[in-house]
Amino acid sequence: MAAAIKDEAQESEKLAQSVPLPVRAYRVMLRARIIEEKLASLYRAGMIKGGVFLGKGQEALSTASTIFLRKGDIYGPCIRDQAGRLAFGDTMLDTLRTYFGSAQGPMRGRDGNIHRGRPKEGSYAMISHLGSMMAVVGGGLYARRLRGETGAVGVTSIGEGGTSTGAFHEGVNFLAVEKLPVVIVVANNQYAYSTPNSRQFACADLLDRAKGYGIAGHRTDGTDIMACLETLEHAVSAAREGGGPQMVLASLLRLVGHGEHDDASYVDANLRKANVGRDCMEVGAQEITEAGLATVADIEAWTAEAQAEVEAALSIAQREKGPDPNNEDWRAISTERLVDGCYDDEEEDA
Amino acid sequence: MSVTYLEAIRSAQERALETDPRVFIYGQDVGVFGGAFKATKNLAAAFPGRVMDAPISEDAIVGMAIGAAIEGARPIVEMQFADFSTVGFNQIVNQAATLYFRTGVSCPMVVRLPSGGTVGGGPFHSQSLEAIYAHYPGLIVMTPATVEDAYSMLLEAVTLDDPVIFCEHKLLYYHLKADKLPDSAMPSGKARVARMGRDVTLVTYSAMLHEALQAADELIEEGWQIEVIDLRTVKPLDTDTILASVARTGRLLAVGEAWPWGGVTAEVVARVTSEGFGLLDAAPMRLNAKDTPIPYHPDLWATFRPTAETIAARLRQLLTQ
Repeated sequence: MAAAIKDEAQESEKLAQSVPLPVRAYRVMLRARIIEEKLASLYRAGMIKGGVFLGKGQEALSTASTIFLRKGDIYGPCIRDQAGRLAFGDTMLDTLRTYFGSAQGPMRGRDGNIHRGRPKEGSYAMISHLGSMMAVVGGGLYARRLRGETGAVGVTSIGEGGTSTGAFHEGVNFLAVEKLPVVIVVANNQYAYSTPNSRQFACADLLDRAKGYGIAGHRTDGTDIMACLETLEHAVSAAREGGGPQMVLASLLRLVGHGEHDDASYVDANLRKANVGRDCMEVGAQEITEAGLATVADIEAWTAEAQAEVEAALSIAQREKGPDPNNEDWRAISTERLVDGCYDDEEEDA
Repeated sequence: MSVTYLEAIRSAQERALETDPRVFIYGQDVGVFGGAFKATKNLAAAFPGRVMDAPISEDAIVGMAIGAAIEGARPIVEMQFADFSTVGFNQIVNQAATLYFRTGVSCPMVVRLPSGGTVGGGPFHSQSLEAIYAHYPGLIVMTPATVEDAYSMLLEAVTLDDPVIFCEHKLLYYHLKADKLPDSAMPSGKARVARMGRDVTLVTYSAMLHEALQAADELIEEGWQIEVIDLRTVKPLDTDTILASVARTGRLLAVGEAWPWGGVTAEVVARVTSEGFGLLDAAPMRLNAKDTPIPYHPDLWATFRPTAETIAARLRQLLTQ
């Protein structure tokens, strides 16, 4: 059944190539929004252990970040990138399997929620320490270059809060020094957990940092899929063509809490009413219908399709067993002969 | 013709670059300059594009190596001093050390840590951090004490699919010499009986091996035979070799240059007491550096760390128990 879903996904991907880019992007955004709504309700029902971290309001930017990537490119997503992950080839099934801790998922219950990936397929599994993926994605690209492979691009994303870390600075400076083909997508969503921008940075414009690193900077409206697509298409092409690192700064508002445990009561009501507070799903729907690329009925049909996709994946993931602690190999290294066996002996003795 | 501990490290890297196109070296001043200690001397010229200077960014240096390892490369990164690896600590312990367990993708990389005290090194150019890296699951921690091990263990480290923290001792760089580089070697993960003896098992590693051997020489004049075990790797820790020795001697002293709280010597004592309590004729002892930052003045430093004299004194204490 998993294979059937994968085939279906590949089939729909092929079909999608023939449809206009904004429609393709909107449908990814929609799939992300819908699976995240399901994740939220599963969380409220107590069916997911641990946290649930959603990207509501960031789907346009996240989708645009990876929709121009190809097989062989590298993606280092951040917390609110369900959409970007789906556009890069992640599946709803992998998403749900990871949240449920299924032994069939890519993380096999060893890590959960947004900490998932398939590194050998270019999808790196983020750790929680913000900023640390900058250098890792750069290292992947560096190895490709060392092997004489050209044409690959890396995309890595972060929020405005993550830009305050030392790791971000070290990482971006390294990317710049090596002139690596990478796009750094910064989502300025106004709050890092509860901390507003006024307590996060003192510079007038975060994009000035691109100048400081000696790399190209681009600004976009994160609530507007058309703007995001235009900016990211340009940035990804520039990186692919040898223009070095490209920093994209998008303004938007996180339309959920930091995680589903957080009611985000600290968000300034004025921001919700401002341009950054627009919901990119509504803006996108309006844009594609006004452009004559889709009708309201089309959107309703796509919504139903995405809901059916979620339910199908859920019916698989929910039935799967978690990992069996007695059958785990409990090894943190791959070299079996160098495992420090002392602790196993202790357990056996007991 | 002789070869130093440092030359062995340089030669191992040269050999790794020669034999494996996936290997590259990245670190501060490792390029044309050849490294702060010259451990990469002339390698940049011999292997163009594969021995590269990095910005002063330990976090990014390690992060970069992790990404390269994911893509199939075999990076060797040099931290200029082990002390500075704390800036790259997060990438080492949270990214490199967790990758295999989380994703099933291994992380073959070597982080070279020029470790340990030298005269005048002071608090930030003298640290021995093997214990803190050994504490984290997912890392192999090597602490070679001989020229032969410095060479063969570094070569082996590059072939392993897991992240290796390679603690090379700066005090041994120039003074420790061997006739030639070894043709064969003991595998990593096994401790070596560096000197046989019947009265005490003295477990140590890295530069302290040489202080321990000197102390053992002193004690022989007093009629005591000290068995000295060189751990070689502190993770994994070869408990079997230690226990087999304690079974013969009935006494244990664990000596390390690192700080006393927790750490390698504590682990050795814990394992022997929990798994070989009945083998002991006396309470096991340990000797470490003092529980302070590492002092600058040579007289303070000489007292701060264990030496042949203080080891000999501790051995006498243990033997009269």
